[in-house]
Amino acid sequence: MITLVKRPTPSQFWAYATPVLAVLATMVAGGILFAALGKDPIAAIKVIFYDPLFGPNAAYFRGQLLVKAGPLILIAAGLAVGFRAGIWNIGAEGQYIMGALAGASVALAAYPAESHWLFPAMVVAGALGGWLWGMIPALLKTAFGTSEILVSLMLVYVAQNFLAYAAFGPLKNPEGYGFPGSRNLQQYPSAHNPELIAGTGMHWGVVAALMAVIATYILMQRHIAGYRIRVAGEAPRAARFAGVVPAKLVMFCLGLSGAFAGLAGLFEVAGPNGQITDSFNAGYGFTAIIVAFLGRLNAIGILLAGLLMALTYIGGDMAQLMLGLPTAAIQVFQGMLLFFLLGFDLLTQYRLRLGRARA
Amino acid sequence: MIGGIDIVTLIAALMAASTPVLLAATGELVAEKSGVLNLGVEGMMILGAVAGFATAVTTGSPVLGFLGGAVAGALLASLFAVLTQLLLSNQTATGLALTLFGLGLSALFGKGFEGIRPPPTTKLDFGPLSEIPVLGPILFHHDWMVYLSLVLVAATWAFLKYARAGLILRAVGENHDAAHALGYRVIAVRFAALAFGGALAGLGGAYLSLVRVPQWTEGMTAGAGWIALAIVVFASWKPERVLVGAYLFGGITALQLQLQAAGYAIPVHLLSMAPYVITVLVLVILSATHRHGAPAAPAALGRSFHASS
Repeated sequence: MITLVKRPTPSQFWAYATPVLAVLATMVAGGILFAALGKDPIAAIKVIFYDPLFGPNAAYFRGQLLVKAGPLILIAAGLAVGFRAGIWNIGAEGQYIMGALAGASVALAAYPAESHWLFPAMVVAGALGGWLWGMIPALLKTAFGTSEILVSLMLVYVAQNFLAYAAFGPLKNPEGYGFPGSRNLQQYPSAHNPELIAGTGMHWGVVAALMAVIATYILMQRHIAGYRIRVAGEAPRAARFAGVVPAKLVMFCLGLSGAFAGLAGLFEVAGPNGQITDSFNAGYGFTAIIVAFLGRLNAIGILLAGLLMALTYIGGDMAQLMLGLPTAAIQVFQGMLLFFLLGFDLLTQYRLRLGRARA
Repeated sequence: MIGGIDIVTLIAALMAASTPVLLAATGELVAEKSGVLNLGVEGMMILGAVAGFATAVTTGSPVLGFLGGAVAGALLASLFAVLTQLLLSNQTATGLALTLFGLGLSALFGKGFEGIRPPPTTKLDFGPLSEIPVLGPILFHHDWMVYLSLVLVAATWAFLKYARAGLILRAVGENHDAAHALGYRVIAVRFAALAFGGALAGLGGAYLSLVRVPQWTEGMTAGAGWIALAIVVFASWKPERVLVGAYLFGGITALQLQLQAAGYAIPVHLLSMAPYVITVLVLVILSATHRHGAPAAPAALGRSFHASS
């Protein structure tokens, strides 16, 4: 009989070891899944985790790594701040869409004027779009006590329909021969978010992601506001005595994560994606939740977790091409990773003991 | 006919449109009454949708299909139960993981089943009753799952209100430490409640793919699981009000579809937003009116239970 004994303080060792353990366990379980699908598990794991970095076409794939990791890290950095405070914004996907729509609208309104001010204006609009979409659940929570989980999630579906409406209606390319979708911003120099160093995949969104990691690191580890956020999440009652105003905290956390998600959407639509279409969003807002947890809600951890998750995306694409592995298998793989992580987390809070526990 | 909308057809359509969320919300209500918040309803529903569809298509029997959907939902819920009850993981995060995992797994299983029509689910034959004007088409023109869902809601209501086991379940949800001290097995009760919730979510999902749509497409639940969660809040954790909430939501969905068909000059995508926007509005109205009233949520909702602490 195994019993659990609560540790007086969470284990430092296991806090770092569990993400690694979870990744290894996911590789094993994923291997079993791939074998069940009739693929060679060793080859599949190698294609997903090794080939994009060191395989024959690695130079190309390494660039893709930053393209995919950028939005994931940017969104997750914002989400993690809220999760630390016990504020659950799970509608980042919607805020991502609204940021992209706001930013693209600015560009399309200015088309075809060329100006150095256009791109900065788009960035502001993108952040504002995401911020506004994040403020809806925040205001409803502070004013009426409505669950931010349900509201932010419902707003994803609203945003998705709004995106489709924009792609088929107001933002449709007038020269697009009737096809849905906006003008391609990659062909509009003032609005384009280009690759900064050729072949690296580095664009302004990746720069923003790195800045977000640094900013949230300083906020959470070195700033009084970060301390308050952590106290609010771990001991809400104590936080109130310490003068934390819950309403302000809710607005700050949802606003920040909304703005970050909006920025991610803007950089994506102006850069790698280029176009507003009804299928523009690719689920980054949801995968970022996994990234935030895998990174243990810590800025540096999120940086690493974002890169790892981006690797599974690219590796998954490769596995699809080379081994015929369905795309959905990677989604399952990512879901398993989160399960193992949450399960193994037990080890940081509890000690396992064989036999009966002594009180 | 009012403004191109046929009221009788609308009410009849409402009952079928509500059934998936009604089932899922009833299941989630039982899970939440035992003190566990399972945010994975969407994941369990979609897995139920694909499992039910696959079973029905391969066996040719819709009854087995619904059974398969329920079993798949219950299995996924058991995974949630192992993580949150035995490994004491965070319920919010685990629920989200369950949804992401369920969406992926269903897409994986559903690959070979796209573009197929499922075997038809039989409508119950009420004979002359269905000939009654107005009431006939509204009440006596449905498939058996619609009536089964109503029976399940009534049974849940009676179980929670009158059965001894229902009382124990509620006690566990209100104060797990006290229930434990009285000798009730908190973890076992929660396991059972979660499995029941998963089975009903799976059943609701199977109804979507076998009757409502009826075919399998990736991500076909489109937030129905989340709406079910909202309905439980709307219903203040009371089964009879779950029925009201689900039918209200179903009514909006049916009305929105009829408005699309009636050819009003409102863009389709703006109409499709309606169910989600109205769900948010209802949540707001409800939380605004409940602000000063007694909180209706089970007291131990969302808290992990560890016996020696």
